[in-house]
Amino acid sequence: MTITVEKSADTRKEQDAVPRRLTGSRIVCEALIEEGVREMWGYPGGAIMPFYDALKEYPELHHVLVRHEQAAAHAADGFARATGRVGVCVATSGPGATNLVTGLATAYMDSVPVVAITGQVARPGIGRDSFQETDIVGVTMPITKHNFLVSSAAELGPIVHEAFRIARSGRPGPVLVDVPKDVQNELAEYTPPAERAPSSPRAERPTRDTYERAARLISSAHRPLIIAGHGVIISGAYDELRAFAEHTGIPVITTLLGISCFPESHPLSLGMPGMHGPAHVNRAIDQADLIVGVGMRFDDRVTGDLRYWAPNARIVHMDIDPAEIGKNVPTAVGIVADAKEGLARLTAACEPGDHDEWLRGIRAGMRPEREVPTGDRFSPAEVLAAIKRTTDGRAKLVTDVGQHQMWAARFYGYDRPNSHISSGGLGTMGYALPAAMGVKAGCPGDPVWVVAGDGGIQMNIQELGTIAQEGYDIKVAILNNGYLGMVRQWQEFFHNRNYAETRISSPDYSLLCRAFGLEGRKVEHRADVEAAVEWAMSRKGAVVLDFTIEQEANVYPMVPAGGTVAGMIEEPEAER
Amino acid sequence: MSGAGRTLVVLLEDHPGALTRVTSLFRRRNFNIDSLAVGHSERPGISRMSVVVAGDASEVDQVVKQLHKLIEVVEVRDVSDGAPLLREMALIRVRADSTKRGEVTELAKLFGARVVDISHNTLTLEITGAEHKVESLVKLLSKFGIEEMVRSGRIAMARDSAGASVGMDEALSA
Repeated sequence: MTITVEKSADTRKEQDAVPRRLTGSRIVCEALIEEGVREMWGYPGGAIMPFYDALKEYPELHHVLVRHEQAAAHAADGFARATGRVGVCVATSGPGATNLVTGLATAYMDSVPVVAITGQVARPGIGRDSFQETDIVGVTMPITKHNFLVSSAAELGPIVHEAFRIARSGRPGPVLVDVPKDVQNELAEYTPPAERAPSSPRAERPTRDTYERAARLISSAHRPLIIAGHGVIISGAYDELRAFAEHTGIPVITTLLGISCFPESHPLSLGMPGMHGPAHVNRAIDQADLIVGVGMRFDDRVTGDLRYWAPNARIVHMDIDPAEIGKNVPTAVGIVADAKEGLARLTAACEPGDHDEWLRGIRAGMRPEREVPTGDRFSPAEVLAAIKRTTDGRAKLVTDVGQHQMWAARFYGYDRPNSHISSGGLGTMGYALPAAMGVKAGCPGDPVWVVAGDGGIQMNIQELGTIAQEGYDIKVAILNNGYLGMVRQWQEFFHNRNYAETRISSPDYSLLCRAFGLEGRKVEHRADVEAAVEWAMSRKGAVVLDFTIEQEANVYPMVPAGGTVAGMIEEPEAER
Repeated sequence: MSGAGRTLVVLLEDHPGALTRVTSLFRRRNFNIDSLAVGHSERPGISRMSVVVAGDASEVDQVVKQLHKLIEVVEVRDVSDGAPLLREMALIRVRADSTKRGEVTELAKLFGARVVDISHNTLTLEITGAEHKVESLVKLLSKFGIEEMVRSGRIAMARDSAGASVGMDEALSA
């Protein structure tokens, strides 16, 4: 076997001089390698078999067999978020391709560069309702940045390279390439592109005048705020954001996906805005006279009712996507720019300033995050604190969707860039466990912790199999309250405690872990929390900790959906 | 003369699926589209679309920006300002036996419409012009009974030099 591999590697080298005729499948593999791909997640099946056949000739391409294609898409997404490089997932036609849909929609909503390669039935079979035929290009049109149905092997190479270019350029996003089975077998010439085509920004770059107009608004503001989002992380503009905030003295709010773009221990850091942001953040927004939004999109979970949001504030909005400027809020100055370059130019245009009094006022309204329960019970905050202590804050937290996601967003204290990864826009339960595989593959040196609820973890629990087979060193903390907690909370607040279908049982996770050849423990007492986390870190390979938390714990405060700061629910009923 | 709504000219690559992408975007984002006409442009491989968008300035702005994000869209122009050339074509089959034929042909003549088909009981007219002109003819013909009608939707072209050619167009379309 080894000989065959070496020989084929040699052959490939020798042939480099002249354009080589390769099968479509090999063209895909070569193009992936050319794009720097080393990892991919996928699942074979009828229409993608020629690709898998060729894959074995390219040992530099590491393919991870997932247990469900949705997980492949999430893993590619996690890899991309953690590294900034394009994540790749592979599936067969029909059900394989449709199983990717939730993962692609997740990546699309959060601007994550993913390339999905799907098999399609052979060209003569297209449109004939062939076995496992689905029009996946049609299905994924609204949830991809772009997609392709490849009609011949000759165009396959250029299309794969174009897919990568589109996925990572401008505002990143997922791209799907659908390859009919006979195209995978067809021979064509493949020449790697001489140089990477630069991504052409379509919008005109902002002029000096734009930055000066923004700077004038900033210098005349008395109560300014920065709201920083995912764009800062995607752009890697950590230093630029910090320099801008320190230069102008403006306090920084980070959206859910902006978390870890600005150190939370920084004196200018205020926390998260919106539905489950702490009260002082939403009050500050209510009082602000200027908001500088950077790489964020004024999502409804941030703003609530737009008519009453930030009623006194003028908006300076910097985003790489021109369509975001003015989409949700009227903008005084729109700056279409990548956060890194845009923030550097804006800082240069701004006079140094400070807003100590404004900042002091806001901070005076800060309350310690929820009290730690006394006695033997423990709060989610204690679990998060134990993870942070035990990992010296070096961990990447991959969170699922629900109450635990909000607790993890609020209670951890993120200081390291890009250390918080979560499905924000789509809010995909079941995201965290498979996404963590990609995060771990991308950042093998960092501890990776999944924080999930007992509902979400069961949505893709089958991936423990992949984790076991691949030997991924991923630690999992389940915050288990026996409920679909966030939905239950809404039922408690808005539906008369009618807990319809939110009670959920769990398997014995330790036993389940054993069945997968992994280790796990249930943690029920405060005294065991820290020790359990330390134990998990001391074990090689994946560990699942099942933390029993209070059943009806809520996330406070809460601005009800479409609501306003005035309608914020700050305290449990008893304390109100 | 500019007609209701904003008029966008969209150039897009002539790929299978490109048109679907545009219409899917309109549906998904809930954009209010009054009319859409598409055909070849002067450039090989590039289709040209004329889109009429109802809605306020910010909605039109969103339509333009979202269209720009589609990979196959080459160019989007709002040609509404500067008295663009706006035309629509219609084929109208109207009930007209021998007693009404004269009246209908008279109307057609006044509107510069041509009779393109004739039967015992119907006349089919072809009209090209600004939408309001087509609209007026349709209204006048409705009392005879319109059996079938097809309208192309608005097609648009900006003027090459607005100042010089306005009068010419007014004269031609009067």
